[in-house]
Amino acid sequence: MRSLTTTTTSAAATAANARKKKEAKVSDEDFQLPIVCDADTLRSLIRRKKSVRVVDVRKAEDYQREHIPTAVSLPLARVLENDQPERIVAFLEELGISDSTPVVVYDDTFGALAARVAWTFQYVGHDNTALLEMTFKQWKEIGLETEKQQRTFPRARHSLSIKKDISVDASYVEAAAKSKLSTLLVDSRERLNYLTEHIPGARNIPYTMVGSEDSILRKAEELKRLIENRGITNDAEIITYCGSVGTLSGLTYYALKLAGFKNVKLYPKSFKEWKALGKPKEEFKDATYWDLSAE
Amino acid sequence: MKKSRVAAVNSKPAPKPNPRWGREEETEIFAKKVRLFRQGKISDDDFRRFRLQHGAYGSRLRMDYSMVRIKVPGGEITPEQLEKIASLSEAFSIGSAHVSTRQNIQLHWVQLEDVSEVMRGLVEVGLTTREACGNTVRNVMCSHFAGVCPSEAFDATPYAKAIARFLLRNPMCQNLPRKFKINFSCCDSHGLVRVADIGLVPTVKKLSSSTTTTTTENSGETIRGFKIYLGGGLGAASFIGHLLEDFTSEDRLLATCMATIRLFDRHGNRENMARNRMRYLVHEMGWERFQKMVLKERSTVEMTTSHSTEQLFDVKSHEDTRQLPKASGRMTTMTKLPMLNVKVTKDSPGFERWLHTNAVAQKQEGYFTAFITLGAGDITASQLRILASAIRDYSAEGVARNTPQQNFALRYVRETNLPNLYEKLASAGLANPGALTIASAVGCSGTTSCNLAITNSHRLAKEVQRKFLELGLDIDDSLRDATIKISGCPNSCGQHEIATIGFFGGATRVNNTMTPTYTMLFGGSAGEAGELGRAVMRVPAKRVIDTTLKIIELYKNERAAAATADGGGVGGEDDHHETLHQWIIRLIKGQGSGSIKNLEDMKAALAQVIQLPSSPQQDPDAYRDYGSDSHFTAKTARGECAA
Repeated sequence: MRSLTTTTTSAAATAANARKKKEAKVSDEDFQLPIVCDADTLRSLIRRKKSVRVVDVRKAEDYQREHIPTAVSLPLARVLENDQPERIVAFLEELGISDSTPVVVYDDTFGALAARVAWTFQYVGHDNTALLEMTFKQWKEIGLETEKQQRTFPRARHSLSIKKDISVDASYVEAAAKSKLSTLLVDSRERLNYLTEHIPGARNIPYTMVGSEDSILRKAEELKRLIENRGITNDAEIITYCGSVGTLSGLTYYALKLAGFKNVKLYPKSFKEWKALGKPKEEFKDATYWDLSAE
Repeated sequence: MKKSRVAAVNSKPAPKPNPRWGREEETEIFAKKVRLFRQGKISDDDFRRFRLQHGAYGSRLRMDYSMVRIKVPGGEITPEQLEKIASLSEAFSIGSAHVSTRQNIQLHWVQLEDVSEVMRGLVEVGLTTREACGNTVRNVMCSHFAGVCPSEAFDATPYAKAIARFLLRNPMCQNLPRKFKINFSCCDSHGLVRVADIGLVPTVKKLSSSTTTTTTENSGETIRGFKIYLGGGLGAASFIGHLLEDFTSEDRLLATCMATIRLFDRHGNRENMARNRMRYLVHEMGWERFQKMVLKERSTVEMTTSHSTEQLFDVKSHEDTRQLPKASGRMTTMTKLPMLNVKVTKDSPGFERWLHTNAVAQKQEGYFTAFITLGAGDITASQLRILASAIRDYSAEGVARNTPQQNFALRYVRETNLPNLYEKLASAGLANPGALTIASAVGCSGTTSCNLAITNSHRLAKEVQRKFLELGLDIDDSLRDATIKISGCPNSCGQHEIATIGFFGGATRVNNTMTPTYTMLFGGSAGEAGELGRAVMRVPAKRVIDTTLKIIELYKNERAAAATADGGGVGGEDDHHETLHQWIIRLIKGQGSGSIKNLEDMKAALAQVIQLPSSPQQDPDAYRDYGSDSHFTAKTARGECAA
């Protein structure tokens, strides 16, 4: 039986969270979630019938089959189809999420879909958003409760306050790539895709590297070590991107946040847009590495 | 007898303990060295030496990536280790692992900064990459049949592991003139004993009253020992090892190995990188002289090695003391395949075809060794996990062995469990037939990751396998003892010189266009009577498959009836013919009959099939290498074996 009380925050953040947990007993409305929410914390919030909102980003039919108690459904596809701040805020209101409601997001795709939705919420100003530490499959595997009931909540009011400093577009990336010194581009795709082609100067932290066997993200200190091995320092501005819509890089975004990096940004339109715009690429054609894969 | 067998079946032996080959502090030191290197505080040469000593080889034309070579002493690997390698390959490599021809498992395209993390994971499950590359004693190999081979004198595995343990991190092997390879076999036919620096064949000797070498003298008793071959090895220039003496008793094994390594350390060539393997020393010095020196050095070692140092070579601690099924003693030679008496065809059920080519009866009655056929040694992370689960479910010894044919062997499988095992493997794409046949082509990593490679030997081996399985050549018993092995350069990691039909890659101008080609060799073989192949002719990469198929066609037309009753396979018409391997050996000797009498006739018969269209514009693909859609250029960089 795996432990449900895995440390999911950096050492510095742990103390702050302990303090906040105490405060939570006073008012759940003010409860500030950590970057990754462990199952125990979520279950106790749900049990106390407080206003945590659990968001299931899997396909609608998966949600209808069963989901985590009290969860509402917001499939990633709906978010991507309506990826404008006003519409995202409309979703939040529709799901009964007010400015102060703690939100926990989960998926069944190693955290990447949940990460993209959580990032979107934070981008439009809903800072109090966390990723569930595990996927729905793992939640089930360790025997935690689920329900079938379709949940709706009274409409809430939510303000729009765009957090510009966590999102970048192609021109920003291009300028940053040229400056090189202060900004670091991180390609979250798998190694062979990265070797084939990537944005010039980008370094590779594949999404497969940041998760562990029982959690969508490794422990903070482990992530910190992996990233520091690469000589990346805490004060660097880091931009993450992946192949198409910012899911894999969304997960890497949170991995970097969890490791204690403050200045992390996502390029949500990622390499797909970059290529479509005909921007420069770095390629490596001197080896036939694809033939090593047994896929 | 019956009782004990039942007991062994019902109570599965405990899992093997963590072998602790790895050390955590080495992972931290590695991470620190990488940082210092990146900061420019260590020179390129010093760092390269350190990196190789710790098992990380530079990747093809990209030194910021490494191939991490995991040593698997004796090829024995546990399910936990396979699962860990699966996770590490997903996190830090390409999601697939690669089984080498020397029982290593390699992770490719690992970022240099992540190598320490891979090492850290390996240490958890007791594995190491220490001294997997560099000028030291590489992974100690042992036949994957050791312990189950009906022809073996005794199980050599504990000896292989004990010598590996003794030499790992041993100061005497940290700065050799060049790499050093030790291979153990089980019997005279399995294993690569003639193509290693030290090759050892387990053997026993009856003690007579005149024998006074041991204190436990007792008439009628036997003592264990080895036939030891020295100075063999494959490479740009290959040599077959020489027999040191008729019998080396087990209590002299350590001293013999130490003496050989010490001589090499003292006299080996440290100047000329291309000629500094021990085989050149033996060749230049002459075998008789080298032999005398080894015997003399051994006396010195025996006189000067303390008892407590000898104790570090601890065979006992590597013996498997768990209750495994016992051999009946009734079987004295390995049952000829196929194990089925029915004629298998291409349309036979998958299980029958698999059984026909992938399972061998062990000396333990009712138990089989089943082979997992990989494509040139590649296996995905999810397949590794299924394999781990299959070991737990079906192997009574609870471990697997990886083989120099780049496959896995799952041993101690009960006959009744073979269908279940097959189903499980099939669910993960691991039940390809042909493991012990010509279809299981060997290919080194080639241009997929190696600095020295000229051609994509790796992909070619996979293409050969695919084509041969598609044509059903795996079920043709007359082709069964033939092998195809492919290297991407002359350096022989693909062991092309011990193949029936071997190939090594090069670049040749054909019709004024630089073209990937292979030099084809005939008639190599492994085992104690192993011989090196003879170069025949060059074949363009895209004509290799057609050429081998043409050779098979010629063989079918020209082959003679078998000279001996056991010349061919069992069952079917092929009984009455010599095998492809036998036919090729006959041609080399110029003793062929019919229209193909010798290699010159063969060359003439193949002249047509190796032709490329006269204009490269007509069929550009024929002039390209596998896995490439552009014009061929031979790009290589410095090899690191000798660094």
